[in-house]
Amino acid sequence: MDELVATVVRGLGIGSTYALLAVGFVIIYRTTQVISFAQPALMILGAFATASFVSGAGLPFWLAVVASMAVLAVVGALTERIALRPMVGRPPFSAAMVTVGVFIVLLIVAFRLIGTRVVTVGDPWGLSRVELFGVSVFAVDVAKTVIALSTIAVVGVVLMRSRVGLAMRATALDQETALAQGIDVGRMFGLAWATAAGLAALAGTLIGTGAGGVEATTALVALKALPVIILGGLDSIKGSVVAGLVIGVAESLTRTYQPQVAPWLGSNFDVVVPYLIMVVVLMVRPYGLYGTKEVQRV
Amino acid sequence: MSTVLESQSHRRGGVGRPDRSLRGRPLLYTDYADEMAIWNTPAKRFWTLMLVVAALALPFFVQRDITALMTTVLVYAIGGIGLNIISGYAGQVSLGHAFFLGLGAYTAAVLGGEDSPPAVGLGLPMWVWLPAAAIVPGLVGLLVAPVAARVRGLYLAILTLGLVFLGEHVFREAAWMTGGGGVGRAPAEPVLFGVDLYSRQTVLGVELGRQQVFYFTCFVIFVVMAILARNLTRSRFGRAFAAVRDRDLAAEIMGVSLLRTKTLAFAVSSAYAGVAGALLSIVFGRITPENWNLFLSVDFLAVILIGGIATISGSIIGAAFVVLLPRLVQELAVHVPFISGAVGQGGVLNIFQLQTILFGALIVLFLILEPRGLFGIWLRVRNYFKAWPFSY
Repeated sequence: MDELVATVVRGLGIGSTYALLAVGFVIIYRTTQVISFAQPALMILGAFATASFVSGAGLPFWLAVVASMAVLAVVGALTERIALRPMVGRPPFSAAMVTVGVFIVLLIVAFRLIGTRVVTVGDPWGLSRVELFGVSVFAVDVAKTVIALSTIAVVGVVLMRSRVGLAMRATALDQETALAQGIDVGRMFGLAWATAAGLAALAGTLIGTGAGGVEATTALVALKALPVIILGGLDSIKGSVVAGLVIGVAESLTRTYQPQVAPWLGSNFDVVVPYLIMVVVLMVRPYGLYGTKEVQRV
Repeated sequence: MSTVLESQSHRRGGVGRPDRSLRGRPLLYTDYADEMAIWNTPAKRFWTLMLVVAALALPFFVQRDITALMTTVLVYAIGGIGLNIISGYAGQVSLGHAFFLGLGAYTAAVLGGEDSPPAVGLGLPMWVWLPAAAIVPGLVGLLVAPVAARVRGLYLAILTLGLVFLGEHVFREAAWMTGGGGVGRAPAEPVLFGVDLYSRQTVLGVELGRQQVFYFTCFVIFVVMAILARNLTRSRFGRAFAAVRDRDLAAEIMGVSLLRTKTLAFAVSSAYAGVAGALLSIVFGRITPENWNLFLSVDFLAVILIGGIATISGSIIGAAFVVLLPRLVQELAVHVPFISGAVGQGGVLNIFQLQTILFGALIVLFLILEPRGLFGIWLRVRNYFKAWPFSY
C-alpha cells in the first residue's frame, strides 16, 4: 500500500510536468494551428537558465525560476517572429517541420551550453520527505504537482477572464474575424509562443528538481508531452491536464510493477508506455479524450 | 490542326508511337499519354542519359570513401522516394519512417546475415532477403494503415512518432533479431548467385573495389525503384494519392476509397523504406537498435522537404544534399577559424554541432523561402533559361 501511494504520488509529480508542457503545446496549437516540436529544446534551455541564475547570478530559487521563464518567453516570442511568422497561411505540416528545424538548432545550442555536465537547478526540496495520508513521500513530487497545477490554473483563468485571454481565444477561433475586430493577431501568436516557452521553462526546471538534475539529453523527455496532447486532444487544456496526470501515473506504475508482473515486456518498458496508451486511445477515439471533433462539410 | 488529328488517328490505327510529324515542335503533345510520359521532352531524355552515364562513370574517378558516400546517397534516395509517396503524394505525414527502415534492415539481417548468438541469421542469398526486406515492412505497413487512416493531419504525425519509439523498444528487446540494445549485429550479406556484391570483383577484365561493386548494385536497385515509383505516381493510384492529399472529402465523393488509398500508400512507402533500410545496414556495417531513431526519420523528412515535396527527382536531389552536406561542411570547416575539428576542443562549435545546426537551419530556410525545395529552385532556373532572353 505504501509503495502504491508513493508510486502514484511520483507519477503525479512527473505527470504534472508533462501537463505543463502539454498546455504549452495546446496554447500554441489553438492560436496558430501549429504543433511546436521546439518545446523540448525550450524546456532544456529553461532548466539551464534557472540553473545559471541560481549558481551564476546567485539568485534565490524562486526568483531564478521567474527570471528563467521570462528569458525563455522572449526566446519563444523571437522564434515565432523569425521562423514561424513567415509560415502563416502555409500548410500546418510545413509549419510543424519548421519547428523541427528550430528544435534541432536550439537543441545544439543547449548541448553547446550544457555539454556533458549534469546541471542542478538548486531547488529547496532535494531528497526531503513529507507525510501524506500517513505515507512518507518525496516532497519534490508534491511540490511539482502543486506548482504545475496552480500555474496551469492561473493560465486558464487568464485565458478565460482577461481581455488578452479573450483576444487569444478569439484568434484561436477565427484569425480573420479576430483581425477585423481590431485584435493584433501577430502579437497573439507571439504571446502564445511566449506563454508556451515560459511554461516549458518551468517544466524544465521542475524536471531538474529533486535528486537528479538535468543533462542535455533530458530534452527528449519532453517528447512525452506529445502522446499527452494526443491523448487529451490537441486543442483542450483540460485534456492535457487529465492526460498528463494519467500518463504520468501509468508510467510510474509501470516502472514499479512491470518488472515483477510482466518481466517479458523488457527493461525500461515504462519509457514507451505513454506511446502505447496513445496508440490504443487513438484507435478508439481519433481526436483524443477531449479534442474537438473536426466537422467536415461538403 | 489537321496534323494533330492525323497523328491521333495514326495512333488509334495501332501503329504504336506516333511519328513525330511535328518536327521542331517537341513541346506540342498530341495525346495525354505523350504528355504524361516520364521523359516527355527530348531535353529530359538527353540529360537523363547524361546523368546515368555520369553516375556510372563516377566511381572510376573519385576516391573510395566518396564512392561509399554516393552509395549512401542512392540508398537515402530510395528511402526518400518511399517517404515522398506517403507524405508528398498521399499527404499523410509520417514520422515513423525510421521504424520501417529498421524493420527492413532486420528482416534482411535475419534472413541474409550470419548466425551470431543471440542474433539469428539464416545466411540466405540476396534474391531472398531483398524482396523480403520490402515485403515484411510492407505487410506491417498494411497492419498499421487502418489505424493510421482513422486519424488525420498532425494526429497522424504524432501517431507515427509513437511507432518509432515503440519500434525502438521492440528492437532493443528482441535480441534474437537485433543482437540487443547497444550490442547490435552484422547486417545481411549481399550474395547473389554465389557472387558477393560487397567484395572485390573483376568484371570484363576491369578490377572493381568492393565499394564500387556495391555502388553499382545499389545503383541498379535505385534505378528500378525510382522508375517504379515514377510510374506509380503517373498511374490511377498516383492520381488517387494526390486527390486524397488535396482534399480527402472531395476524393471520397469522387469514388476514391480513402482507406484503400491510404493503405496502399502506407504499404508501398514502407516497402521502399524496408529496401532502403536493408541496403543502409550494409553501408553502416554494423547495426544497433539505436540506429533507427527519431533523428533518422527527421533526416528523411529533410530529404523530401529540402529536395521537393511530391517529386521523385526532388527526393534524389534532397538525398544528395542531406548526405553530402555533412561531408562538405567537414571539408570546409578547416578553413573557418572558430570551428574545432573534434569534440571537446573548444571553439564556438565543434564540427558535429555545426553540421547539425546547419541541417536544422536549412530545413527552416527552405520551408520559408522555397517550399518546393531544391526541385523548385531547379524549376525556376530551367524556366528562366527556357524563356531567355525574355523574363517570362
